[in-house]
Amino acid sequence: MNKIMVIAEHRLGELTAATFEVIAAAVGLKRTKGFSVNVAVLASNPAEFSAKLNIAGVDEIIEIQIQENQFQTDTYEAIINSLLDEYEPSVVLTSNSIDAWSCMPIIAAKRQCGFATDVFALNYDGDDLIATRAAYGEKMHVDLEFPGKETVLITLRGNTYKPIEQEASVPVSSFSAPSVNARTTHKRFIEPETTSDVDIAQAELLLSIGRGIENEDNIEQFEELADTMGFTLGCSRPIADNGWLPKSRQVGQSGKIVVACNTYLAFGISGSVQHMAGMKHVPNIIAVNTDAEASIFTIAKYGVVADMFEIADELINHFE
Amino acid sequence: MKILVPVKQVAIIDEDCEIRDDGKNVDVDFLDYEINEWDNYSWELALNLQETYGEDVEIVPLTVGPDEADDVLLNCLAKGGERGIRVWDDALVDSDSFAIAQVIAKVAEHENADYVLTGTLSSDYSFAATGMCVAGLLNWAHAAVVSKVDITPDAQQITVNRELEAGIEEEITVESPAVLSIQLGINEPRYASLRGIKQAKAKPIEVMSHKDFGLTDAEVGEIGSLSKVRKMYAPELSQAELIEGTVAEQAKRIAEIVKELKGGA
Repeated sequence: MNKIMVIAEHRLGELTAATFEVIAAAVGLKRTKGFSVNVAVLASNPAEFSAKLNIAGVDEIIEIQIQENQFQTDTYEAIINSLLDEYEPSVVLTSNSIDAWSCMPIIAAKRQCGFATDVFALNYDGDDLIATRAAYGEKMHVDLEFPGKETVLITLRGNTYKPIEQEASVPVSSFSAPSVNARTTHKRFIEPETTSDVDIAQAELLLSIGRGIENEDNIEQFEELADTMGFTLGCSRPIADNGWLPKSRQVGQSGKIVVACNTYLAFGISGSVQHMAGMKHVPNIIAVNTDAEASIFTIAKYGVVADMFEIADELINHFE
Repeated sequence: MKILVPVKQVAIIDEDCEIRDDGKNVDVDFLDYEINEWDNYSWELALNLQETYGEDVEIVPLTVGPDEADDVLLNCLAKGGERGIRVWDDALVDSDSFAIAQVIAKVAEHENADYVLTGTLSSDYSFAATGMCVAGLLNWAHAAVVSKVDITPDAQQITVNRELEAGIEEEITVESPAVLSIQLGINEPRYASLRGIKQAKAKPIEVMSHKDFGLTDAEVGEIGSLSKVRKMYAPELSQAELIEGTVAEQAKRIAEIVKELKGGA
């Protein structure tokens, strides 16, 4: 019972970036407890991925061949379940991905093992695993424990652990998949429309608007402000959901991660976890919000507690 | 076709709140309550299905919570549906997603539901697990983070879109019965009318205990949970450098910072 198992995740032929973070977390945990790190990869041709999992600190790569390459929840559940029977790991780690949200609670519920999602710190207090996560919109942190649980399933928050760059030659083994009655069937992936619209992921200067905009008629003022300042206009989820700006302008977990951004001006964005996942890495965040308690101020470099419309009215004069 | 919609009264916290004596949660005096945002969308989906298919569809909101949680059921019933179910018992205090799912799964069986529609997550603990734990306990087909649904009564399978990361969606078919967790933006939740709010007060809310479904105290609450809170605490957060002054002064300072950053870029 001294193994840490990582479930590698992939989509559209690529391992997810988060998988490498999860491996880094597992290797970190291994150092404190002397556990082994066993990385399982489920794919139609697992060798294609396992070649990229030769990472220092990993003790074993377990290849599991499945018929369809893309995620299918019943398949993942059944295989992870068999892996737990066979390997008896103390900890099973995945990223806090949408796929993990589909399969991990099922395994946890059926086996009644320890379980926590969106964890950003893992530590041992003696033999007790402590998983730290947030509550109440990031305003509180919670240390969770799992007394009496021989196995604990954890999904890890992204952008938390630094991937390990050092390579190693990791032994590969294979595990045969149990047969599964798949109750969902993949039809197609729908990728975001490639429009002639700008790619906000490539923009260095972004001006983003959130719920504070209140109604569609107010969008124009900020389009004009962004143009005048030489910024690209982005938005948070509610703005795109309302159809006030195209989905391609949405920053966050289900929108774009603004990788190239250097300066991010957030107007009327309170800062949900999902939004911050797309922009918290930006070095210069300037947030304007009427609510001094807004989460965005905890990641911003500069905070302005003010009415976004009044600020916008004044700000434009400095750039005309 | 019967659709069970578990909805949740979520806690939001005041500024300067205090942790309760056992250190495991915020003191109840500092909590305010509202309906979980995601649950407006799952209930709206149920309402839309009932409006489309009429009497073939029965929709029932369910909540697991104390007396005050009736508010969320009334909020739902003001928009439609004929009755609600509330399950509570002091033994349910400090239940995690799984322990709450134990109750929801029992109600789904008891009601002979065909579908359970939950919100993707709740804004207070954001575990994003309750719905899928229900599916695990019922051993039903399931899809998480659903952004589009095509359900017809008596269909053997339905078609849904799963919202994945980075704007990608996946269209899948799902066998019935099924549990779906519903994402924001799938529809436009309506507001309750004054007439609806009045009518809701006359609609029955059945109040039950987990024991009515054969669950023991050991299967719910903290003891039946898959994780236990060791402690809750306010994190030390970094705080932005505040730009103060009049609006004109604040705007001027933002302009200076932006020009400096642009110059250096």
